[in-house]
Amino acid sequence: MLLRKSLIAGSLIFFSAGSFPLIAQAQESPYFVAYDHYLEEPGNLEIEYFSTYGTQRGGNDFHSFWTEFEYGATAWWTTELYLDGQTTFGDSTIFTGLRWENRVRPLKQEHFINPILYVEYEHKNGADKILKEGEGHDVEADFLTPNAVARQERINELELRLILSSTFKGWNFTQNTLAAKDLSNSPWEFGYALGASRPLALKASAKRCTFCRQNFIGGVEMYGGLGYRHHFGLHDTSHYAAPVLGWNLPSGWTLRISPGFGLNDNSHQFLLRWGVSREISGFGTMVGRLLRGRR
Amino acid sequence: MKIRAASLHLGTLLFASSFFSTVEGQQRGKSAPPQSSKPEPVYAEIGKAPERARARRNPLEKDPEAVAAGRILFGQRCAECHGDSAEGGKKGPSLRAVEIRNAEPGAIFWILTNGVVRKGMPVWSKLPEPQRWQLVSFIKSLGTASTNDDKGVLRP
Repeated sequence: MLLRKSLIAGSLIFFSAGSFPLIAQAQESPYFVAYDHYLEEPGNLEIEYFSTYGTQRGGNDFHSFWTEFEYGATAWWTTELYLDGQTTFGDSTIFTGLRWENRVRPLKQEHFINPILYVEYEHKNGADKILKEGEGHDVEADFLTPNAVARQERINELELRLILSSTFKGWNFTQNTLAAKDLSNSPWEFGYALGASRPLALKASAKRCTFCRQNFIGGVEMYGGLGYRHHFGLHDTSHYAAPVLGWNLPSGWTLRISPGFGLNDNSHQFLLRWGVSREISGFGTMVGRLLRGRR
Repeated sequence: MKIRAASLHLGTLLFASSFFSTVEGQQRGKSAPPQSSKPEPVYAEIGKAPERARARRNPLEKDPEAVAAGRILFGQRCAECHGDSAEGGKKGPSLRAVEIRNAEPGAIFWILTNGVVRKGMPVWSKLPEPQRWQLVSFIKSLGTASTNDDKGVLRP
């Protein structure tokens, strides 16, 4: 029931985005897991829907999905709310939790390497399958537990990341190191994500166009776990490599697709991710006007 | 449980206070005249561009399509804050001001690359370098507020 309500609310909000008069063309990165150092423009709201189809050895394949509401609170702080769910084929469809993420830019100017501090609070259950990060000793076999059992496990987790990102001759290179801790008495778990991407053309066309090469950004990302505090390293961890492609349309929509491949026996063999997002300019101003009344 | 509830409350308070301070700032910016005799803080930022950055020449200076491409980019990225015709908007100052006309292309490029993050202008280094120079070409082609020698910009 909760899932159905959330999906209906999410769909309504997402599709009503089309009715906002101010739609900005986004220049979104194509990454699904890694983050670069670019934050949301202040006052803009980006509504995003992402989907992951994953294969499961010894069990049923799954389709996980999440909706993101990303808001540029200031030019140096972006805050984001996620709603997550999943369908395990032959089992059930369930709501798996929410996340509240914040990214802060500590330095005023651009440098060769730009740090971003990331703090996320996750309130989810054990059936969460969105694979938004690789951490600790998470492996494919963890996903075999039936939804009815896995959802009983309540997880309140804090995740910290240090994002180091650099842009050089049109290429973006980013490296994320993450540490996550279940707020119950569990040790810190670690993980990483790496990414490289570049627009297919660096110069903009003098004509407005949808299929121009500058609207496409291609790249690759790699992510996985690094064990936990008492057992750090690559042993019993899962790792993925995934080409990524983003298409920023002049209408303000962004489409992304990424086929991901497990790099060892602990990883899902194949993950197909796709996403669609739309950016709404001046959302903060619109809300401000609503709260204060038009003048 | 208490810690979780407290951190959620604290987080909500932090978010709300920043959100409303942003909206407040935007409302204040709305009433500010786009061009006044008193220099806008963002114009002062141009003066902070290092000498090396100022000295950079626009590599697309002689590109006949640079202004047209810059006009489209401006409509997509900048017009929301600086106004459809760059005359100044709710959040950003006029780009037709004398300070901008007199600024070196390299200084404008430096501002685009670094933003004025603490004062609300985001970093635009996510645009590849040639696109930032195309924007510089367009901005430098703008006339003053009293003249209408440009064709305006295209909104997405």
